[in-house]
Amino acid sequence: MIELGQHATFIAAAYIGVFAGIAGLILWTLFQSRRAVARLDELGDKRR
Amino acid sequence: MTIDDTTPKMRWWDRLAHPGQFMIWTAYLIWPLVILTGLLMVLGLYYAFFNSPADYQMGDTVRIMYVHVPTAWLSQFVYGAMAVSALGTLVWRHPMADVSMKAAAPLGAAFTAMALFTGSMWGRPTWGTFWEWDGRMTSTLILLFIYLGIVALWRAFDDQLRAARVIAIFTLVGAVNVPIIKFSVDWWSTLHQPASVFRPDGPTMPGSLLTPLFLMFFAFTFLFVTLQLVAMRTEVRRRRIATLERKAAQGASA
Repeated sequence: MIELGQHATFIAAAYIGVFAGIAGLILWTLFQSRRAVARLDELGDKRR
Repeated sequence: MTIDDTTPKMRWWDRLAHPGQFMIWTAYLIWPLVILTGLLMVLGLYYAFFNSPADYQMGDTVRIMYVHVPTAWLSQFVYGAMAVSALGTLVWRHPMADVSMKAAAPLGAAFTAMALFTGSMWGRPTWGTFWEWDGRMTSTLILLFIYLGIVALWRAFDDQLRAARVIAIFTLVGAVNVPIIKFSVDWWSTLHQPASVFRPDGPTMPGSLLTPLFLMFFAFTFLFVTLQLVAMRTEVRRRRIATLERKAAQGASA
C-alpha cells in the first residue's frame, strides 16, 4: 500500500464511506429484486 | 405467407416502451454491465492508489477527487435522467418513463449523499473545514432534500400512475437547481474550486490525474446504469404483482 501522508485518515474515510454506500445500494437493489421475484412465484406468475 | 410476415414489426421506441419487451432486452445487458463496471472500478482504484502522483498543492488528498467527482457528477446526471423521464411521463406518456423516474430517485439520493460526504472529507484537510454554507455545497444539499422529497412522494401514493404525474411536475420544478449547482462556482464567491475538467479550453489537470479520474468516472456511471436497470426491472415486477393481487382480490370477492 502506498503512503498516504498526514491526511490518510480523511482519504481512507472518503473511500470507506463511498464503498460502504455502494455495497449498501447493491444489497438493497438485489434484496428488492429478489423479494419481487419471490412474490411473483407465490402468485404463480411464470414470466417473472 | 405466415402470420409473422403480416405482423407489423415493433419499432425500437415501442420495444423500449413495452414493459414485457424491456424485461427481455435488459436481461441480456445486466451481466455484461456488471463485468464492465467491476473491471473499470478495479482499474480505476489501481490507478488512483498506485499509478497517480500526489498533487503539488493538495498532496495525497487529491486521491479523494477520484471518488468525489464521479459521485458529484452522478448526483446531477441522475437528476437530469429523472427530468427527461418526467418529460416522457407528461408529454409522451411513455409507459417506462415513470418506472425510470421512480427507480432513479433513491440512487440519486445515495450518490448525492456520497458526494457531500467525500467533499466534506476533502474540505477539512484542504480548506480547514468540513462544511461551509457556500453556493456549491448548499445547492447540493438542497438537491439531496429534493431527492428525499421525491422518494417520500412515491411512497405517499397508492396509485402509482397518479403519483407519476404529480412527481413529474415536482421533478421538473426541482430541475432548476441543477444549473444552479453547476454555475454556483462562477456566479458566487465560493470555497469550492471552479470547473477544472469540463472547460471550453480543456482540462487544467495533467494526464496522470485525468486517467484515474476518467476510469472512476466511467466505473461509477456504469454502476448507476446497472443499478438503474435492475431497479427498473424490479419496479416492472412490482406493478405486475399489484395487478395480480388486484385480480386475486376481485376473484375472491366475486
